[in-house]
Amino acid sequence: MPVDVAVGTARGPEPGPDASRTKARRNRRLHLVGAYTVLTVAAVVIVLPLYITVVNSLLEEGQIAQQPPPFFPIHPQWHNYSTAWNQGHLGFYLRNSLIMTAAIVAAQLVTSILAGYAFAFLRFPFRNTLFVVCLATLMIPFEVTFITNLSTITSLGWFNTYAGLAVPFLATGFGIFLLRQAFLQIPKDLQEASMLDGYGHWRFMTRVAVPMARPSIAALGVFAFLAAWNQYLWPLVSTGGTTPLDTVQIGLKQLVGQQADQINVALAGAVIAFVPLVVILVIFQKQLVRSLTAGAVK
Amino acid sequence: MSTAVATLEGPGGPALPPGPSRRRRRVKEAALAYLLVLPAMAAFGVFVFYPFVNNFRLALYQSPPVPGLPSHYVGLHQVGQVLFSNGYGFPGSLLTTIAFVVMVVPLSIFFGLALAVAAHRRLRGIGVYRTIFSSTVVSSVAVAALVFGTLMNPVVGFLPWLGINPHPPLLESPTWALPSIAVMTIWQFLGLSFIIMSAGLQSLPDEVLEAARIDGASSWTRFWRVTVPMLSPTIFFAVVVGTIYAFQSFGQIDILIGYANNPARLHVNVLVYNIINTLTQENNTGVAAIMSIALFLVTLLLTLLQLRFLERRVHYAR
Repeated sequence: MPVDVAVGTARGPEPGPDASRTKARRNRRLHLVGAYTVLTVAAVVIVLPLYITVVNSLLEEGQIAQQPPPFFPIHPQWHNYSTAWNQGHLGFYLRNSLIMTAAIVAAQLVTSILAGYAFAFLRFPFRNTLFVVCLATLMIPFEVTFITNLSTITSLGWFNTYAGLAVPFLATGFGIFLLRQAFLQIPKDLQEASMLDGYGHWRFMTRVAVPMARPSIAALGVFAFLAAWNQYLWPLVSTGGTTPLDTVQIGLKQLVGQQADQINVALAGAVIAFVPLVVILVIFQKQLVRSLTAGAVK
Repeated sequence: MSTAVATLEGPGGPALPPGPSRRRRRVKEAALAYLLVLPAMAAFGVFVFYPFVNNFRLALYQSPPVPGLPSHYVGLHQVGQVLFSNGYGFPGSLLTTIAFVVMVVPLSIFFGLALAVAAHRRLRGIGVYRTIFSSTVVSSVAVAALVFGTLMNPVVGFLPWLGINPHPPLLESPTWALPSIAVMTIWQFLGLSFIIMSAGLQSLPDEVLEAARIDGASSWTRFWRVTVPMLSPTIFFAVVVGTIYAFQSFGQIDILIGYANNPARLHVNVLVYNIINTLTQENNTGVAAIMSIALFLVTLLLTLLQLRFLERRVHYAR
């Protein structure tokens, strides 16, 4: 109560504070305009390359070399997209990407949940050693192991097959680490209570641990999807038959090579390859950020 | 410790009979654990550790001039040849890669930090900006290469409109090809850099910046004297991750520069590009293995630096 009165007197009729307050308000508004200007300029600079790509993908063949370059597709040529899809075999490439990615994501989720559970809830000899072994895989880049992996899948008869595309990525040290951390957050009491209720490990894992670790599992899923979908090196070297099972990333390279004079069609392909990822980013931004910063802030 | 746990469990549990039964339960638990870790361990064994170790064996054998013939043992002789003479282009491609890293990493981290500071405010619609700033993290090298390849195209792109008409074109110029690829890569890294920096900023205590503001420090001073020093562990993490990634760059060069007859090809011969050409074009497995071991050593060194730094930081914090 007395505080209110004090404020009331401060707000009183004296002109001084009142004038300074409108000044402060104007200052704040100016600040706000400045902040939005900076943010918007930065956003435009970042998005501009993508916007130009979309515009170019909708231009006619002749328009694309026009000067000054068109900033808006006045007569959008949607058939560039069907050309990329049909003649550029983009449908085929997308299917390959989808099959490979689905297999990798599913396998990584399963292997990470199983191993993460064991490291978090079970006691066994060499537990710490084996966990360090998992972490050690993070220090070995794929660029170092692909030489022998190539001859391994070739001798298994998996060159240029879906199995060959997916099989080197069935497990990840990062996923095991992430899920072990998530499982360790689950209170020990809960495990003891479930065991007293007659839950075995399998039931505890599927009914309690996995549902409770859902945020981390989702983060791992999104991360694995992104990494698998955007892979370049392995799909390039592990296919290459007569009808290579190229993924969409390698398909884009083919599109540039085949139709050097049809950049608009190649760019339509790039847009098709990029759109699923934008959708993922918008829907799963939180999970993605969570997985990308898992090692960053302590 | 374990006895305490045992006595705690004892009375509450279903009346544990002592001795063999508990041991049997422990054996069962261990068996289950090994069963659960087995799939991951098998995958690591076949596709990570075996190929890793195998590199050291391959390094000692000289590949035959014609594929199909047996390769023969030459020992460490070949290792020295690859590392110290320019016959296989290793020293050159190591230097090119380092130059590329120097162009890419500091700038992408600086821009990511600047964006993160700009977006570290409670404003209406800030979520949209944050999504846009993060967006390039989902772009693949192939998409980024197509986007920037078009922008840098001498006929189609924006350069002629801006009155820039370099001869030879950017992506065929021995001087400008690598910086052009670097620009593309900075754009692609920006999203990740922004995300890491934002997470770092959000973990800082607001009071410190607030105190600096009340003390009358300008935003410039606050940025360099307060934000950057306090973020130094995050910045260091981003430098290490960025350097490791940049060292592995390959796709953008393969797509934008890698076609036949491009005079710039030899000038963007980064390490992974060199490894892949050595393996797939020249079928020289031994030399490729030696170069990939070198790549591993670089990664290892960076990771150890990171661990060292974190350790020291923890030490100071106490």
